[in-house]
Amino acid sequence: MARFYASTVNDAPMAGQADRRIAYWRDIDWVLLIAAIALTTLGSVLVWSASRADLASENDPQSYLKRHLINVALALALGYIASRLNYRWLRAYTPILYGLSLVLLVMPFIPGVGVTIAGARAWIDVPGGFTLQPSEFMKIAVILMMSVLLSEKVDIESEPSARDVLLALAVAAVPIGIILIQNDTGTVLILGSVAVSIIAVSGVRTRWLVGLIGGSVMGILIAVQLGLLKEYQVARLTSFISPDSDIGATAYNANQARIAIGGGGWSGAGLFEGPQTQGKFVPVNESDFIFTVSGEELGFIGSFLLIALLGIILWRAAVIAWKADDRYGRLVATGVLAWLAFQMFENIGMTLGIMPITGIPLPFVSAGGTSMMAVWIAIGLLQTVRLHEARAAM
Amino acid sequence: MTDRSNLRLAILGILIFSLLATLVARLFYLQVVTGEEYRVAAANNTVREVVDPAVRGLILDQAGRPLVSNRTSIVVTIDRQELRSEADDGEKVLSRLAKILGVTPDSISERLMPCGTEGAPKPPICWNGSTYQVVPVATDVDAQTALTIMEKRSEYPGVSAKLEAVREYSAPFGVNAAHILGYLGPVTEEQLAQQEGSDAFDRLRKTDVVGRSGLEKFYDEQLRGKPSVTTLEVDTSGQVTGTLDQLPAVAGNYLVSTIDAKLQSVVEKQLVSAVQRAQAQGYPGDSGAAVVVDVRNGHILAMASYPTYDPSIWVGGVTQKQYKSLIKSDSLSSNATQGLFAPGSTYKVVSTAAAGKEGYSLYSDYSCPKNVKLGTQVFRNYESSAYGRISLARALEVSCNTVFYGIADRMWEQAGGNDGTRDSPDPIAEAAQMFGFGSATGIDLPGESSGRVSSRAFKVQNWEAKRDTWCANAVAGYPETRKTDPKLADYFTALDKENCADGFRWREGDALNAAIGQGDTAVTPLQMAMAYAAIANGGTVYEPSLVKAVMAADGSVVERNTPVVKSTLDVPKSTINFLKKTLPGVTSDGSGKTPFLGFPLDQIPVASKTGSAQVTGDKVSTSWFASYAPANKPRYAVVMMITQGGTGSKTSGPSVRKIYEALFGVNGTKVNPSNSVLVDGTPSKKLPVIRPDGTAVTPKGKESGTVTARGASN
Repeated sequence: MARFYASTVNDAPMAGQADRRIAYWRDIDWVLLIAAIALTTLGSVLVWSASRADLASENDPQSYLKRHLINVALALALGYIASRLNYRWLRAYTPILYGLSLVLLVMPFIPGVGVTIAGARAWIDVPGGFTLQPSEFMKIAVILMMSVLLSEKVDIESEPSARDVLLALAVAAVPIGIILIQNDTGTVLILGSVAVSIIAVSGVRTRWLVGLIGGSVMGILIAVQLGLLKEYQVARLTSFISPDSDIGATAYNANQARIAIGGGGWSGAGLFEGPQTQGKFVPVNESDFIFTVSGEELGFIGSFLLIALLGIILWRAAVIAWKADDRYGRLVATGVLAWLAFQMFENIGMTLGIMPITGIPLPFVSAGGTSMMAVWIAIGLLQTVRLHEARAAM
Repeated sequence: MTDRSNLRLAILGILIFSLLATLVARLFYLQVVTGEEYRVAAANNTVREVVDPAVRGLILDQAGRPLVSNRTSIVVTIDRQELRSEADDGEKVLSRLAKILGVTPDSISERLMPCGTEGAPKPPICWNGSTYQVVPVATDVDAQTALTIMEKRSEYPGVSAKLEAVREYSAPFGVNAAHILGYLGPVTEEQLAQQEGSDAFDRLRKTDVVGRSGLEKFYDEQLRGKPSVTTLEVDTSGQVTGTLDQLPAVAGNYLVSTIDAKLQSVVEKQLVSAVQRAQAQGYPGDSGAAVVVDVRNGHILAMASYPTYDPSIWVGGVTQKQYKSLIKSDSLSSNATQGLFAPGSTYKVVSTAAAGKEGYSLYSDYSCPKNVKLGTQVFRNYESSAYGRISLARALEVSCNTVFYGIADRMWEQAGGNDGTRDSPDPIAEAAQMFGFGSATGIDLPGESSGRVSSRAFKVQNWEAKRDTWCANAVAGYPETRKTDPKLADYFTALDKENCADGFRWREGDALNAAIGQGDTAVTPLQMAMAYAAIANGGTVYEPSLVKAVMAADGSVVERNTPVVKSTLDVPKSTINFLKKTLPGVTSDGSGKTPFLGFPLDQIPVASKTGSAQVTGDKVSTSWFASYAPANKPRYAVVMMITQGGTGSKTSGPSVRKIYEALFGVNGTKVNPSNSVLVDGTPSKKLPVIRPDGTAVTPKGKESGTVTARGASN
């Protein structure tokens, strides 16, 4: 058994409220926090550049940026709250969170409440001109719920029982089914990857894992074969294989995205200077296609920095998962790691033409309030796990 | 934590790290390795060019009178894409439009069809431009109709009316000059293909109109100028976000032609008179040409072809009906530069030059019997006249064929007779080449014919090209013809057998025919004019030119054309002198006498040679009259010919006389240079002055009253 201790906490003085507060600021993962803040800041600049072109003729070209910054502030607050939670509280309220998330998830089906964006009926209207994408919160709920189910046994040496695994699978399958109906293919892929990662790291037998992955592949194949996926969904998923073939808007978007990125070269056209970005040639480049703005205006250097910041966040998440002294913490951190990693890969990959085009945002960078809140809550949860380690090590 | 969990987490970490590495690698590939092509693609996306063609240069006559200028015209155009989006493919719109334009809907829709598509008419009626371009369907639409179209937008979707610069033929003195001036048409696919890949701002674009024939084509680049190009930056909706570059237009250059409008109009009228004269004699007189050239420099002062057409029918595009009638009347090609005709006796100057060069005595007497017999063939004089023993000069004056047969026969025998090879001497053919026959004159017009010189070499070449067909036919024996007419089939078979066996042989009969401009020899009237000009100027064959100078729109001289010598007559000076001494006699006392009766030959001696060339298949000979004057101080060479027109003297001669009268200001027997059609009696040495508004200063009182300023009239 491998155990790792956070060496910094060994000399920490014992409790007391003030000390506890000091311990919080001392023990949180600063590298993670700073990387996330840096990435969010970079994202805001890119959102600004992308949105000002669209709003050039409006009264306030900065209005979109302002809304984005409000979202960021809200997200930071939620992230802080999440980092202040403790395991006990979390474990106790996870089923309720999960239930609430499911209720939110089906709300887009309610006429007058649900909003369809880019073919996906995955948004709900909230007062103040904002829309909410419940599937973003669902990711957190699934991670937490699966982690609870798979770490019920106190003995960390044992493996989860078959019953636990099946339950955990059901926890992921229900929202996946709903989101599939909502046409949000990207989120389905992310949730699937997250579920597989959590189950894998929970220590289940290898045959379970093989069966799970094999089953998923079979499921997708059968869905395509039986025509359960609509034609355009298949087209979307396969258009990246031959992006030059003409299958309408999807290929056009993929092509424009690559022209923008490719045109950036080493150092980019300069902020606010990208002809593709400022000419509005790339669709939704303030959210799903935000990476094209970075590619075109900041070039390889800027975009490498962006990927590096994401890499730092993933590295910290992996370290937190590795050092977690209990299975619950490890699974929560693993879930967050898999989520952010696959979502980032899918999002950037589609703008680079190596992944199918789906409508999911780039964590920390894309505009979109729900996503921003969700990823900052995820940062908060990582800090919670980290702080738990630190306390346990005392 | 279990080892299994750790292992799986480690694998997940490695997987994620490799995903990150994949992204960075792909990003590097896109941005750094292949970045350049994407930058080009981005530029193509966001950059639009707005191209405004430059004002096309004018074509002036030698005195500065505009032959071709510009005016604005209301043009009705159709956007095919928009028309297509109508429920009935725009049929109703077209019929409505046809009604107010006063044409049939079909005549509009045939213009909309892209060339090469099924059912499309031939160019230039079909649409040769881009699919995304609006198609002009009517020119010179009246303002009221244009207003109706623009006001009732909903009734005419896709139809629009706008002002456009079009060519105007001001036709001073009623000149036509269609074959010289040429016409404009949309740029062709071939022209665009030729410059593919060019990104020069003044490259041809699909919307461009270019010269398609005549001077308009030959000097297209000069006349076209350089377009104004504004490079705009646009966004995805096509909205302009900035101006990247702006290049002002450079107006097209002006051509100062060597043509004199007034003389041209005289020549055109006289050519028609000659045709009428032929027809009055009961001959077809179906085509003809006339050329007036300045013998001192090769400047073409006038050049006309019959039949001709109205050049303005090309403005705005011809209709299918107009085009069909143009093709049917055979008036599109220029007989003067593209037509090939047997030169007949006018060619005797060539044979004389050959004789002189070969050392034949030019001042001895030669026998002129009424015919010469070669086996079963009889070679006759015109109307079988016999003159006994006469001098060579007299033989030229009366155009005695048999004298030249005799000379040619001796030359043929000296070269080895039937045993001669393609390299055996062929003095008459060599002389013909010196005079410029058998090769392009080099005139500044597109599509000139080179002509043919009947010769040993040509015979061998022809045989080599046709031998296989002849031999195959000789073997097959014309089975198709045999079914209906076995005798004819036998004749054809025998002929082809002979041709197959020794069709390369330069026979005695070939040599005799060649000496009097019959047989395979074919020349253009322009070549003939340049040959006589060479005799006149003492032996220099100039390249004919139609343009004296190219001037910029601001009046500065861009380029002055200097005379170019094509070849010189490599014959003894005495031979040229003999010709110069003899040819005036043709006019005063020979075959050219009749038309010049009463002409003041004492003041203006005219050197000439008539020709009545026999053409296989035609019952009536080709009428030629080749000349220059004044014979003692040569200035102008005038050549006229009419196919199936009768004799040179009767049909062409009188018209040539009228042309000389106009040139020298002859009235009865009085010569008054101030009455010449040429201002000051001579082609102007100076170039015209161009005013700041782009119009040219025209000779006072001689501008013919129909001069229009560039673009000033609506």
